[in-house]
Amino acid sequence: MNILAWRLGRFALQMVSSLGRAVRMLFFALAGSPQLKNIPLVVRQIYQLGVLSVLIIVCSGFSIGAVLALQGYAQLARVGSESALGLGVALVLVMEIGPVVSALLFAGRAGSAITAEIGLMKATEQIASMEMMGVDPLRRIFAPRFWGGFIALPLLALMFSVVGIWGASLVAVDWLGVYGGSFWSVMEEGVDFFDHVLKGIVKSVVFGFVVIWIALFQGYDSLPTSEGISKATTNTVVFSSVWVLVLDFFLTLMMFQL
Amino acid sequence: MQSRKVEILVGCFLLASIFSLAVLAIRVSGFSLKSASDSYPLYCYFEEVGGLSERSKVAISGVAVGQVTSVAYSEETLNARVTIEIDSYIDSIPIDSTASILTEGLLGSKYVSISLGAEDEVLMSGDEIFDTQSAVILEDLIGKFLLDQF
Amino acid sequence: MSEALVIFDKVSYSYNGKPVFHDLSIEVPVNKTIGIMGPSGTGKTTLLKLIGGQIHPDRGKIFVYGQDLSTLSRKELFGLRKNMGMLFQSGALFSDLSVFENVAFPLREHTDLNSELIRYLVLIKLNAVGLRGTANLFPRELSGGMQRRVALARAMSLDPDLIMYDEPFTGLDPIALGVISNLIRNVGAVYDTTSIIVSHDIEETLTIADYLYVLSEGEIIGHGTPSELKNDKSKRLRQFLNGLPDGPVPFHYPAIDYMADLISSVVD
Repeated sequence: MNILAWRLGRFALQMVSSLGRAVRMLFFALAGSPQLKNIPLVVRQIYQLGVLSVLIIVCSGFSIGAVLALQGYAQLARVGSESALGLGVALVLVMEIGPVVSALLFAGRAGSAITAEIGLMKATEQIASMEMMGVDPLRRIFAPRFWGGFIALPLLALMFSVVGIWGASLVAVDWLGVYGGSFWSVMEEGVDFFDHVLKGIVKSVVFGFVVIWIALFQGYDSLPTSEGISKATTNTVVFSSVWVLVLDFFLTLMMFQL
Repeated sequence: MQSRKVEILVGCFLLASIFSLAVLAIRVSGFSLKSASDSYPLYCYFEEVGGLSERSKVAISGVAVGQVTSVAYSEETLNARVTIEIDSYIDSIPIDSTASILTEGLLGSKYVSISLGAEDEVLMSGDEIFDTQSAVILEDLIGKFLLDQF
Repeated sequence: MSEALVIFDKVSYSYNGKPVFHDLSIEVPVNKTIGIMGPSGTGKTTLLKLIGGQIHPDRGKIFVYGQDLSTLSRKELFGLRKNMGMLFQSGALFSDLSVFENVAFPLREHTDLNSELIRYLVLIKLNAVGLRGTANLFPRELSGGMQRRVALARAMSLDPDLIMYDEPFTGLDPIALGVISNLIRNVGAVYDTTSIIVSHDIEETLTIADYLYVLSEGEIIGHGTPSELKNDKSKRLRQFLNGLPDGPVPFHYPAIDYMADLISSVVD
């Protein structure tokens, strides 16, 4: 019992101190005025984190949209309201699945890459050598990655939703024979830009912040050994997935309270 | 060369996401930027609004001509005061028109339907529609139906 | 001795509760080459990190250019480091930049020179280490020795007053070793820089350094010019310099009695 309490206490202390280090890292990375000459670095990171993730986002979005249409059709056709299929798929994609699944994919594709890259830079003393050159690695390496990821994820989520809706329309309208006019008009009628689309975007902005922060911190805090880096990479995927799902619940509660 | 390719691809990426946002805004949510001057307000009082809410549709003959902008309880008249915004191209609603709260389909959402009257005088911005019909509450209907049975 | 560029004043430092240095006092005079030697695991790299202000001592003070490192802000510290160059053991070149961009990096970050001038300076530095021909290659395409030379060109690109070498002689073939030690000697002489060489390679360090400190178990066990050291009678120093397997530094890691250990496993 004593040992359990002692371990719990130690665990809590470790949590608090990593949180402190994470906040400190983010503060020094982002504090002060953004430097204009770092903009090309941010563009480069948008490429690394955003453009290179487009394929996985588009493929997943398309499949999920198509599956939603198939499943939704099977249920709605029984009560004869398959014209609401477009609305259902669009709402689910725009408010929930778009932001959440793209954040999970982003954590696996881009987050893990950031952690591994920074961990390796640390292991090969690239970060230490940059520090010794009088260049702050937090601003030169971390800040561009932060902004790149923070900008990229909401954009990826938008693409995810649109491709998903397109996939659903292909399945529903072109294959299952739902009347296209009602598919789109019921959707247009039921989906509100501010109530649904914008709130979905807010979600993915929050997710982007959290995923990229976790990825950067795991790299920053990793032990510069092979085990250390592999553990940090795993942590990035696990922690950011869990946080995305937990935060999704609270964000939904806050924004869509019924 | 390398960095040029990156810049072009990032540019395409940004364009693609702006396009996505546009699709979500226009095609999916039917969002159109209307300024306030495009419409004028009318007021109507209902005994029962039964689920009517802000942004509900206002229709004439089933065609959307505006939306509900507020639903509030009025202390003076002791009933619900509904403000609707009518698109300004609809400028000839007779003053004896009737506003009723109807349901789209059996279980759909509530909307305000205006049935046109016969008077020559028309409603102006800020006027009140006197003749109103409250929402039909499904439970009340079922209750009546059951009472009639016995 | 002339005025000192780096002064360690009774510095103690411990890592994870394990003491690394105890009451260390070192002076690095301007324009001299100082060798710091000691067996592996005596925290020689830690010493360089202390000078760079990347870590801070538990007790004692470190002065660089007469400034107490512990009183400097993060920003001032980054400013101070612009006058230092450091050659890491692994070279620590940026793997996503070409050789040219690696050497140009400090210039681009710290100066407003136009790209023509930067190109000029970078080619001078690369030529000095004999690798101008590799400018467009990436670090992974170079051998370890060449990477270290590029790293040296990068460390020199801002013409620092102080260059620190972390194990510059380790893991090189004899030719590369000769090239590197020649370069280090020339850099010190031609550019009027102060050099600190951390190494356990006795021969090379003795030939290059003007003055040496020998560390063991967190303390200085001997210091002096190369000739003074060679004549020192201290047992610990003799063991290190002559490479004797056993002596004051025991061959065996501390353990219980050998016989007792063997017997106890039989009893189990």
